[in-house]
Amino acid sequence: MTDLKDAGLKDAGNPAAHPDVRGGAVISAKDLDLTFQTNDGPVHALKGVSLDIEKGEFVSFIGPSGCGKTTFLRCMADLEQPTGGSITVNGVTAAEARAARAYGYVFQAAGLYPWRTIGGNISLPLEIMGYSRTEQRDRVARVLELVELAGFENKFPWQLSGGMQQRASIARALGFDADILLMDEPFGALDEIVRDHLNEQLLKLWSRTEKTIAFVTHSIPEAVYLSTKIVVMSPRPGRITDVIDSPLPKERPLDIRESPEFLEIAHRVREGLRAGHGDD
Amino acid sequence: MRSIIPVLTVVAVIMAIWYAAAVPMNAPWAYDVAKRADIELTFSDLVAATWSQDKPKLPAPHQVGVELWETTVQKNITSKRSLVYHAWITLSATLMGFGMGTVLGIMLAVGIVYNRVMDMSVMPWVIASQTIPILALAPMIIVVLNAVGISGLLPKAVISMYLSFFPVVVGMVKGLRSPEVMQLDQMHTWHASASQTFWKLRLPASMPYLFTSLKVAMAASLVGAIVGELPTGAISGLGARLLAGSYYGQTIQIWSALVMAAALAAVMVALIGLIQRIVLKRMGMAT
Ligand SMILES: Nc1ncnc2c1ncn2[C@@H]1O[C@H](COP(=O)(O)OP(=O)(O)OP(=O)(O)O)[C@@H](O)[C@H]1O
Ligand SMILES: [Mg+2]
Repeated sequence: MTDLKDAGLKDAGNPAAHPDVRGGAVISAKDLDLTFQTNDGPVHALKGVSLDIEKGEFVSFIGPSGCGKTTFLRCMADLEQPTGGSITVNGVTAAEARAARAYGYVFQAAGLYPWRTIGGNISLPLEIMGYSRTEQRDRVARVLELVELAGFENKFPWQLSGGMQQRASIARALGFDADILLMDEPFGALDEIVRDHLNEQLLKLWSRTEKTIAFVTHSIPEAVYLSTKIVVMSPRPGRITDVIDSPLPKERPLDIRESPEFLEIAHRVREGLRAGHGDD
Repeated sequence: MRSIIPVLTVVAVIMAIWYAAAVPMNAPWAYDVAKRADIELTFSDLVAATWSQDKPKLPAPHQVGVELWETTVQKNITSKRSLVYHAWITLSATLMGFGMGTVLGIMLAVGIVYNRVMDMSVMPWVIASQTIPILALAPMIIVVLNAVGISGLLPKAVISMYLSFFPVVVGMVKGLRSPEVMQLDQMHTWHASASQTFWKLRLPASMPYLFTSLKVAMAASLVGAIVGELPTGAISGLGARLLAGSYYGQTIQIWSALVMAAALAAVMVALIGLIQRIVLKRMGMAT
């Protein structure tokens, strides 16, 4: 199956493009449905999902396992085809946005190529996109700086810790200057301390680069700490049950997590998750 | 260095068993000779006799060693009696067949991985091809190729290819399919073309599989080249030496050809192993 996909056959089957910009939203989903046909019958991974993400927002998706967070992100990335509704990215279809390299996608596992150095891994998408050699070198140096991995360019992935590898994979997604960053539990496999540190770094990076970030997580504190908007989802069928706009300031030291505002939002998220659980 | 002691131990044990086995194997002939000459054989006479016959059932290791020495070092390599000359004849067919088999194997594997129809249709034939005994097939290949005017090196190489493409297909299909779904998705998010995905992901990911297959393919190629020399009544090559040896009961010659073939295979496989180590090390994939 995947063979067909990367042979470029998937593009041909894309629904017709409707470039319509909805109120300037960077990502706009309207009544999105996605039903997987499985051997055990249809699975409603997404049902009637509508959401607008504005430029420069940091949106977290949280919800129990199987509620369609990954599926939603993959729809934005044109890795999954919705069975209903519509989604636009930068005002065009997800497929066109992908072709325009509109986003960087960070997977849960770093997925660095073992046969390439860190620098080689980061320049991989740049090679694919046809950047010149000098341009590649400059960009690699710049993003390594950004994720605080300067000096590791010539190391191989196995010489780095898990946290450093994940930072390298973020650097790889940053190298080609996409305005959108899609991140699917990028820190899920890391321990608490490393995670805190990376969260802090990610926030800094976000405020410096003004990217629009969609971020999937299972952790309530992580979601509240990072986001300007928290999207709570619930399963069977996968849908959005609550959208919480965070009143926290853009500048967020780690100890903001003990402030009353923080705890209040965390409480609301928890309530939302519980409610989603209750009615199925 | 630490691996040398177990290896030497194993070699010593094999030698001991070999010498010991030579005694009962060659004893009847030694008794025959003694009986005709009316001599009683003591045990030490018997051992000496069984280890020094001209046409023993099982030649002793030193006899094979002497034969090897005489037919390699002490002969001009262009001489028809030089084992090096015969080994070269076989090796050239082996290498040609190995090269052809590798190319064919990789091409089939790429086809199988990228083309659904080939995926469903080719593999059963590839497997079926290997269930036909090569000994039955080899004469036909040679006769058919001869009929269209092709003789000499190529028919033998074709038989080598027939045996060696198989491990390459199997290994490369597995290797080209070794990237995870996530890595392929990644390529997709960068809007990589199919050829970029092949050259930058699938092919490098398949390298460890390729080298493992190449080692098996090299050994199979050598077998193929030797088998290819049997039905033609070839006068040169290790296969010809084996055949001639068995016609005339020259067991020492058979064994020395066998040892030569084994040494050839060992050297070629070790060479691939060396290239493997260098390539994978440069790719950062050394284990
Ligand atoms: N390729 C697929 N084929 C069939 N069903 C799928 C496929 N991908 C996802 N699903 C189903 O769709 C539903 C949503 O899956 P999804 O991976 O989006 O959940 P998630 O919210 O990311 O969960 P998690 O928190 O465990 O990562 C699940 O029931 C899952 O089994
Ligand atoms: Mg998920």
